[in-house]
Amino acid sequence: MSEIRYENFFPIEGGTFVNAGDVSSRIKSILKNLGIGSEVVRRAAIIAYESEINIVSYALRGNIRLSVTPDAVCIEAKDEGPGIPDIELAMQEGFSTATPMVREMGFGAGMGLSNIKKFSDSLEITSEVGQGTHVKTRINMAEAG
Amino acid sequence: MKLEEIAGKLNLRVLCCDEGLSREVRGGFVGDLLSDVMANSREGDLWITRQVHPNIVAVAVMKEHSAILLVQGGIPMEDTLSRARKEGVPILGTEINGFEAAGKIYGLMNP
Amino acid sequence: MTLAEIRDILDAEVLVGSDELGKEVKTAFSADLMSDVLAFAKPGSLLLTGLTNPQVVRTSDILDIAAIILVRGKVPPAETVRLAQELKIPILRTRYILFETSGRLHEKGIVGCIEKVGGDRVDVGNKI
Repeated sequence: MSEIRYENFFPIEGGTFVNAGDVSSRIKSILKNLGIGSEVVRRAAIIAYESEINIVSYALRGNIRLSVTPDAVCIEAKDEGPGIPDIELAMQEGFSTATPMVREMGFGAGMGLSNIKKFSDSLEITSEVGQGTHVKTRINMAEAG
Repeated sequence: MKLEEIAGKLNLRVLCCDEGLSREVRGGFVGDLLSDVMANSREGDLWITRQVHPNIVAVAVMKEHSAILLVQGGIPMEDTLSRARKEGVPILGTEINGFEAAGKIYGLMNP
Repeated sequence: MTLAEIRDILDAEVLVGSDELGKEVKTAFSADLMSDVLAFAKPGSLLLTGLTNPQVVRTSDILDIAAIILVRGKVPPAETVRLAQELKIPILRTRYILFETSGRLHEKGIVGCIEKVGGDRVDVGNKI
Protein backbone atom coordinates (compact mmCIF):
# COMPACT_ATOMS: atom_id res chain seq x y z
CA MET A 1 0.00 0.00 0.00
CA SER A 2 1.56 3.26 -1.02
CA GLU A 3 1.35 6.41 1.00
CA ILE A 4 -1.78 8.54 0.80
CA ARG A 5 -1.18 12.00 -0.65
CA TYR A 6 -4.74 13.17 -0.27
CA GLU A 7 -7.92 11.83 1.27
CA ASN A 8 -11.40 13.24 1.77
CA PHE A 9 -14.98 12.12 2.35
CA PHE A 10 -17.93 13.84 0.70
CA PRO A 11 -21.42 13.17 2.07
CA ILE A 12 -24.24 12.89 -0.47
CA GLU A 13 -27.94 13.18 0.17
CA GLY A 14 -30.19 10.62 -1.53
CA GLY A 15 -33.45 11.26 -3.32
CA THR A 16 -32.85 14.79 -4.57
CA PHE A 17 -31.14 16.11 -7.67
CA VAL A 18 -30.77 19.64 -6.29
CA ASN A 19 -27.03 19.35 -5.66
CA ALA A 20 -26.28 16.33 -7.83
CA GLY A 21 -22.89 16.68 -9.47
CA ASP A 22 -21.59 19.24 -7.01
CA VAL A 23 -19.27 16.76 -5.28
CA SER A 24 -17.95 15.52 -8.63
CA SER A 25 -17.14 19.05 -9.79
CA ARG A 26 -15.25 19.56 -6.51
CA ILE A 27 -13.38 16.28 -6.90
CA LYS A 28 -12.41 17.31 -10.42
CA SER A 29 -10.95 20.62 -9.29
CA ILE A 30 -9.16 19.05 -6.28
CA LEU A 31 -7.45 16.54 -8.59
CA LYS A 32 -6.57 19.27 -11.07
CA ASN A 33 -5.04 21.34 -8.28
CA LEU A 34 -2.98 18.34 -7.16
CA GLY A 35 -1.43 18.44 -10.62
CA ILE A 36 -2.77 15.06 -11.74
CA GLY A 37 -2.80 14.34 -15.50
CA SER A 38 -5.90 15.51 -17.34
CA GLU A 39 -6.90 12.05 -18.59
CA VAL A 40 -6.85 10.60 -15.07
CA VAL A 41 -8.78 13.62 -13.77
CA ARG A 42 -11.36 13.17 -16.48
CA ARG A 43 -11.85 9.47 -15.77
CA ALA A 44 -12.06 10.07 -12.01
CA ALA A 45 -14.59 12.86 -12.50
CA ILE A 46 -16.80 10.67 -14.69
CA ILE A 47 -16.68 7.82 -12.15
CA ALA A 48 -17.42 10.21 -9.27
CA TYR A 49 -20.33 11.70 -11.17
CA GLU A 50 -21.95 8.37 -12.08
CA SER A 51 -21.46 7.24 -8.47
CA GLU A 52 -23.02 10.42 -7.18
CA ILE A 53 -25.99 10.01 -9.53
CA ASN A 54 -26.42 6.42 -8.31
CA ILE A 55 -26.59 7.55 -4.68
CA VAL A 56 -28.98 10.40 -5.50
CA SER A 57 -31.16 8.09 -7.60
CA TYR A 58 -31.40 5.01 -5.44
CA ALA A 59 -30.08 5.46 -1.90
CA LEU A 60 -31.18 7.24 1.26
CA ARG A 61 -27.74 8.72 1.75
CA GLY A 62 -24.14 7.93 1.07
CA ASN A 63 -20.65 9.24 0.71
CA ILE A 64 -17.79 9.29 -1.72
CA ARG A 65 -14.23 8.80 -0.54
CA LEU A 66 -11.53 10.24 -2.71
CA SER A 67 -7.97 9.10 -2.08
CA VAL A 68 -4.82 9.78 -4.01
CA THR A 69 -1.56 7.88 -3.78
CA PRO A 70 1.49 8.32 -6.01
CA ASP A 71 0.22 5.38 -8.11
CA ALA A 72 -3.52 5.81 -8.28
CA VAL A 73 -6.70 7.77 -7.72
CA CYS A 74 -9.36 5.80 -5.85
CA ILE A 75 -13.04 6.68 -5.78
CA GLU A 76 -15.13 4.74 -3.32
CA ALA A 77 -18.91 5.19 -3.09
CA LYS A 78 -20.77 3.76 -0.12
CA ASP A 79 -24.49 4.11 0.45
CA GLU A 80 -27.33 3.17 2.74
CA GLY A 81 -30.10 2.00 0.48
CA PRO A 82 -31.96 -0.88 -1.10
CA GLY A 83 -28.80 -2.65 -2.33
CA ILE A 84 -28.45 -4.58 -5.58
CA PRO A 85 -29.94 -8.12 -5.55
CA ASP A 86 -28.16 -9.27 -8.72
CA ILE A 87 -24.96 -7.39 -9.49
CA GLU A 88 -24.29 -9.21 -12.74
CA LEU A 89 -27.73 -8.24 -14.03
CA ALA A 90 -27.25 -4.65 -12.87
CA MET A 91 -23.97 -4.47 -14.80
CA GLN A 92 -25.74 -5.42 -18.01
CA GLU A 93 -26.12 -2.39 -20.23
CA GLY A 94 -29.77 -1.37 -20.57
CA PHE A 95 -30.87 -2.91 -17.28
CA SER A 96 -32.28 -0.29 -14.93
CA THR A 97 -34.69 0.13 -12.05
CA ALA A 98 -34.70 3.92 -12.32
CA THR A 99 -37.76 6.00 -11.56
CA PRO A 100 -39.27 8.37 -14.16
CA MET A 101 -37.65 11.30 -12.29
CA VAL A 102 -34.20 9.81 -12.77
CA ARG A 103 -34.90 9.13 -16.43
CA GLU A 104 -36.00 12.69 -17.00
CA MET A 105 -32.63 13.83 -15.72
CA GLY A 106 -30.98 11.91 -18.56
CA PHE A 107 -29.86 8.97 -16.45
CA GLY A 108 -31.32 5.58 -15.59
CA ALA A 109 -30.76 4.05 -19.01
CA GLY A 110 -28.72 1.23 -17.51
CA MET A 111 -25.34 2.68 -18.45
CA GLY A 112 -24.05 4.02 -15.15
CA LEU A 113 -22.28 0.94 -13.81
CA SER A 114 -20.92 0.10 -17.27
CA ASN A 115 -19.46 3.60 -17.41
CA ILE A 116 -17.87 3.18 -13.98
CA LYS A 117 -16.36 -0.09 -15.16
CA LYS A 118 -15.22 1.37 -18.45
CA PHE A 119 -13.34 4.31 -16.95
CA SER A 120 -11.69 2.44 -14.05
CA ASP A 121 -8.71 0.10 -13.99
CA SER A 122 -10.24 -1.99 -11.26
CA LEU A 123 -13.73 -2.21 -9.86
CA GLU A 124 -15.17 -4.03 -6.89
CA ILE A 125 -18.88 -3.99 -6.03
CA THR A 126 -20.36 -5.44 -2.87
CA SER A 127 -23.98 -5.05 -1.92
CA GLU A 128 -26.40 -6.26 0.69
CA VAL A 129 -30.11 -6.10 -0.05
CA GLY A 130 -31.87 -3.77 2.35
CA GLN A 131 -28.55 -2.39 3.61
CA GLY A 132 -26.59 -0.70 0.89
CA THR A 133 -23.96 -0.83 -1.79
CA HIS A 134 -20.21 -0.28 -1.82
CA VAL A 135 -18.45 0.48 -5.10
CA LYS A 136 -14.65 0.69 -5.07
CA THR A 137 -12.75 1.89 -8.10
CA ARG A 138 -9.13 2.57 -8.88
CA ILE A 139 -7.58 4.54 -11.70
CA ASN A 140 -3.86 4.00 -12.22
CA MET A 141 -1.73 7.11 -12.58
CA ALA A 142 0.19 5.80 -15.57
CA GLU A 143 -1.70 6.90 -18.66
CA ALA A 144 -3.48 4.01 -20.30
CA GLY A 145 -2.70 2.91 -23.81
CA MET B 1 -36.68 7.98 -49.39
CA LYS B 2 -36.73 4.22 -48.88
CA LEU B 3 -35.26 2.78 -45.70
CA GLU B 4 -33.32 0.36 -47.88
CA GLU B 5 -31.48 3.19 -49.62
CA ILE B 6 -30.45 4.82 -46.33
CA ALA B 7 -29.39 1.46 -44.91
CA GLY B 8 -27.30 0.77 -48.00
CA LYS B 9 -25.62 4.15 -48.23
CA LEU B 10 -24.74 4.29 -44.53
CA ASN B 11 -23.87 0.64 -44.35
CA LEU B 12 -26.32 0.02 -41.50
CA ARG B 13 -26.75 -3.41 -39.97
CA VAL B 14 -30.28 -4.79 -40.09
CA LEU B 15 -30.88 -6.31 -36.66
CA CYS B 16 -34.42 -7.42 -37.34
CA CYS B 17 -37.38 -7.27 -39.72
CA ASP B 18 -35.62 -6.86 -43.06
CA GLU B 19 -39.04 -7.24 -44.71
CA GLY B 20 -39.62 -3.65 -43.54
CA LEU B 21 -36.75 -2.23 -45.61
CA SER B 22 -39.14 -1.16 -48.34
CA ARG B 23 -40.74 1.34 -45.97
CA GLU B 24 -40.71 5.02 -46.81
CA VAL B 25 -38.70 7.29 -44.43
CA ARG B 26 -40.34 10.71 -44.27
CA GLY B 27 -38.07 12.37 -41.78
CA GLY B 28 -35.64 11.81 -38.94
CA PHE B 29 -35.90 12.20 -35.21
CA VAL B 30 -33.05 12.01 -32.70
CA GLY B 31 -34.06 11.41 -29.09
CA ASP B 32 -33.40 9.25 -26.06
CA LEU B 33 -36.20 10.34 -23.76
CA LEU B 34 -39.24 8.24 -24.51
CA SER B 35 -41.71 10.90 -23.38
CA ASP B 36 -40.03 13.43 -25.67
CA VAL B 37 -40.11 11.04 -28.61
CA MET B 38 -43.77 10.25 -27.91
CA ALA B 39 -44.65 13.91 -27.83
CA ASN B 40 -42.64 15.23 -30.74
CA SER B 41 -41.69 12.65 -33.35
CA ARG B 42 -43.83 12.10 -36.43
CA GLU B 43 -45.27 9.25 -38.43
CA GLY B 44 -42.73 7.86 -40.90
CA ASP B 45 -39.72 9.19 -38.97
CA LEU B 46 -36.58 7.14 -38.73
CA TRP B 47 -35.97 7.27 -35.00
CA ILE B 48 -32.30 7.58 -34.05
CA THR B 49 -31.50 6.65 -30.44
CA ARG B 50 -29.06 5.12 -27.97
CA GLN B 51 -31.81 3.51 -25.88
CA VAL B 52 -31.85 -0.28 -26.10
CA HIS B 53 -34.76 -0.99 -23.75
CA PRO B 54 -37.81 -3.00 -24.99
CA ASN B 55 -40.04 0.06 -24.50
CA ILE B 56 -38.56 1.68 -27.60
CA VAL B 57 -40.56 -0.76 -29.71
CA ALA B 58 -43.86 0.33 -28.17
CA VAL B 59 -43.00 3.96 -28.85
CA ALA B 60 -42.08 3.23 -32.47
CA VAL B 61 -45.34 1.31 -32.98
CA MET B 62 -47.45 4.02 -31.38
CA LYS B 63 -45.84 6.79 -33.39
CA GLU B 64 -45.72 4.70 -36.58
CA HIS B 65 -42.01 5.28 -37.14
CA SER B 66 -40.52 3.75 -40.25
CA ALA B 67 -37.74 2.15 -38.21
CA ILE B 68 -35.43 2.50 -35.20
CA LEU B 69 -31.72 3.15 -35.69
CA LEU B 70 -29.51 2.27 -32.70
CA VAL B 71 -26.37 4.35 -32.82
CA GLN B 72 -22.92 4.05 -31.33
CA GLY B 73 -22.87 0.29 -31.31
CA GLY B 74 -25.91 0.00 -29.02
CA ILE B 75 -26.99 -3.63 -28.72
CA PRO B 76 -30.73 -4.17 -28.22
CA MET B 77 -31.78 -6.23 -25.25
CA GLU B 78 -33.18 -9.68 -26.14
CA ASP B 79 -36.74 -8.59 -25.27
CA THR B 80 -36.35 -5.57 -27.50
CA LEU B 81 -35.64 -7.74 -30.51
CA SER B 82 -38.40 -10.23 -29.82
CA ARG B 83 -40.95 -7.44 -29.41
CA ALA B 84 -39.74 -5.77 -32.58
CA ARG B 85 -40.12 -9.03 -34.51
CA LYS B 86 -43.62 -9.47 -33.17
CA GLU B 87 -44.61 -5.92 -34.12
CA GLY B 88 -42.66 -5.89 -37.39
CA VAL B 89 -40.59 -2.82 -36.47
CA PRO B 90 -37.25 -2.81 -38.29
CA ILE B 91 -34.28 -2.17 -35.99
CA LEU B 92 -31.02 -1.12 -37.56
CA GLY B 93 -27.64 -0.56 -35.98
CA THR B 94 -24.48 1.42 -36.59
CA GLU B 95 -21.19 2.14 -34.87
CA ILE B 96 -21.28 5.85 -35.67
CA ASN B 97 -22.76 8.25 -33.14
CA GLY B 98 -26.09 10.06 -33.17
CA PHE B 99 -24.71 13.35 -34.47
CA GLU B 100 -22.92 11.71 -37.36
CA ALA B 101 -25.82 9.40 -38.22
CA ALA B 102 -28.32 12.27 -38.15
CA GLY B 103 -25.94 14.44 -40.17
CA LYS B 104 -25.49 11.84 -42.88
CA ILE B 105 -29.18 10.92 -43.10
CA TYR B 106 -30.12 14.60 -43.19
CA GLY B 107 -27.65 15.02 -46.04
CA LEU B 108 -29.22 12.14 -47.99
CA MET B 109 -32.72 13.52 -47.50
CA ASN B 110 -31.82 17.14 -48.24
CA PRO B 111 -29.38 16.93 -51.14
CA MET C 1 -16.08 27.04 -36.70
CA THR C 2 -16.83 29.70 -34.09
CA LEU C 3 -19.81 29.76 -31.75
CA ALA C 4 -20.91 32.94 -33.54
CA GLU C 5 -21.08 31.05 -36.85
CA ILE C 6 -22.95 28.22 -35.16
CA ARG C 7 -25.41 30.71 -33.74
CA ASP C 8 -26.05 32.02 -37.27
CA ILE C 9 -26.40 28.57 -38.87
CA LEU C 10 -28.93 27.53 -36.24
CA ASP C 11 -30.61 30.92 -35.98
CA ALA C 12 -29.97 30.49 -32.27
CA GLU C 13 -30.31 32.71 -29.27
CA VAL C 14 -27.35 32.98 -26.87
CA LEU C 15 -28.57 32.39 -23.31
CA VAL C 16 -25.19 32.19 -21.57
CA GLY C 17 -21.72 33.19 -22.79
CA SER C 18 -22.32 36.05 -25.23
CA ASP C 19 -18.71 37.10 -24.57
CA GLU C 20 -17.39 33.70 -25.69
CA LEU C 21 -18.71 33.60 -29.25
CA GLY C 22 -15.19 33.54 -30.66
CA LYS C 23 -14.60 30.05 -29.22
CA GLU C 24 -13.70 27.48 -31.91
CA VAL C 25 -15.34 24.04 -32.18
CA LYS C 26 -14.89 21.22 -34.64
CA THR C 27 -16.85 18.33 -33.16
CA ALA C 28 -20.30 17.66 -31.75
CA PHE C 29 -22.27 15.08 -29.84
CA SER C 30 -26.08 14.68 -29.95
CA ALA C 31 -27.79 12.90 -27.04
CA ASP C 32 -30.33 13.08 -24.27
CA LEU C 33 -28.68 10.41 -22.13
CA MET C 34 -26.03 11.95 -19.96
CA SER C 35 -24.36 8.55 -19.35
CA ASP C 36 -23.97 8.26 -23.10
CA VAL C 37 -22.37 11.70 -23.24
CA LEU C 38 -20.06 10.77 -20.34
CA ALA C 39 -19.01 7.59 -22.08
CA PHE C 40 -18.20 9.01 -25.49
CA ALA C 41 -18.06 12.79 -25.79
CA LYS C 42 -14.66 14.45 -26.07
CA PRO C 43 -13.41 17.65 -24.47
CA GLY C 44 -14.01 20.74 -26.57
CA SER C 45 -17.09 19.33 -28.33
CA LEU C 46 -20.52 20.87 -28.66
CA LEU C 47 -23.28 19.08 -26.78
CA LEU C 48 -26.59 19.10 -28.68
CA THR C 49 -29.48 18.00 -26.48
CA GLY C 50 -33.16 18.23 -25.74
CA LEU C 51 -32.55 18.06 -21.99
CA THR C 52 -32.65 21.33 -20.09
CA ASN C 53 -32.04 20.38 -16.45
CA PRO C 54 -28.89 21.37 -14.53
CA GLN C 55 -27.36 17.91 -15.03
CA VAL C 56 -26.68 18.91 -18.63
CA VAL C 57 -24.41 21.67 -17.32
CA ARG C 58 -22.81 19.37 -14.71
CA THR C 59 -22.06 16.77 -17.37
CA SER C 60 -20.58 19.47 -19.60
CA ASP C 61 -18.40 20.70 -16.76
CA ILE C 62 -17.11 17.20 -15.96
CA LEU C 63 -16.20 16.68 -19.63
CA ASP C 64 -15.00 20.19 -20.55
CA ILE C 65 -17.68 20.56 -23.22
CA ALA C 66 -17.22 23.79 -25.23
CA ALA C 67 -20.88 24.80 -25.39
CA ILE C 68 -24.41 23.43 -25.00
CA ILE C 69 -27.00 23.75 -27.77
CA LEU C 70 -30.57 23.31 -26.52
CA VAL C 71 -32.88 22.20 -29.30
CA ARG C 72 -36.55 22.68 -30.20
CA GLY C 73 -36.79 26.09 -28.57
CA LYS C 74 -36.76 24.68 -25.07
CA VAL C 75 -36.51 27.20 -22.25
CA PRO C 76 -34.15 25.93 -19.54
CA PRO C 77 -35.05 26.33 -15.87
CA ALA C 78 -33.39 29.25 -14.05
CA GLU C 79 -31.04 26.96 -12.08
CA THR C 80 -29.61 25.57 -15.33
CA VAL C 81 -28.78 29.07 -16.56
CA ARG C 82 -27.37 30.03 -13.17
CA LEU C 83 -25.10 26.99 -13.02
CA ALA C 84 -23.90 27.57 -16.60
CA GLN C 85 -23.02 31.18 -15.74
CA GLU C 86 -21.19 30.05 -12.64
CA LEU C 87 -19.24 27.34 -14.48
CA LYS C 88 -18.79 29.54 -17.57
CA ILE C 89 -20.34 27.16 -20.08
CA PRO C 90 -22.10 28.88 -23.01
CA ILE C 91 -25.69 27.87 -23.80
CA LEU C 92 -27.34 28.53 -27.16
CA ARG C 93 -30.96 27.81 -27.96
CA THR C 94 -32.30 26.88 -31.39
CA ARG C 95 -35.82 26.18 -32.63
CA TYR C 96 -34.74 23.23 -34.77
CA ILE C 97 -35.23 19.65 -33.58
CA LEU C 98 -32.15 17.59 -32.72
CA PHE C 99 -32.17 15.82 -36.10
CA GLU C 100 -32.29 19.08 -38.04
CA THR C 101 -29.74 20.77 -35.78
CA SER C 102 -27.31 17.88 -36.24
CA GLY C 103 -27.93 17.88 -39.99
CA ARG C 104 -27.34 21.60 -40.45
CA LEU C 105 -24.08 21.57 -38.49
CA HIS C 106 -22.85 18.39 -40.18
CA GLU C 107 -23.55 19.94 -43.57
CA LYS C 108 -21.27 22.85 -42.65
CA GLY C 109 -18.42 20.59 -41.63
CA ILE C 110 -18.83 19.82 -37.93
CA VAL C 111 -18.10 16.14 -37.30
CA GLY C 112 -19.24 13.65 -34.69
CA CYS C 113 -16.73 13.52 -31.86
CA ILE C 114 -16.17 9.80 -32.18
CA GLU C 115 -16.30 8.17 -35.55
CA LYS C 116 -16.74 4.62 -34.38
CA VAL C 117 -17.04 2.80 -31.10
CA GLY C 118 -13.78 1.06 -30.37
CA GLY C 119 -11.96 3.19 -32.90
CA ASP C 120 -10.54 6.50 -31.82
CA ARG C 121 -11.21 6.00 -28.15
CA VAL C 122 -7.98 7.03 -26.53
CA ASP C 123 -9.72 8.35 -23.46
CA VAL C 124 -10.79 4.92 -22.27
CA GLY C 125 -8.56 3.05 -19.90
CA ASN C 126 -8.03 -0.63 -19.42
CA LYS C 127 -11.02 -2.77 -18.64
CA ILE C 128 -11.10 -5.06 -15.67
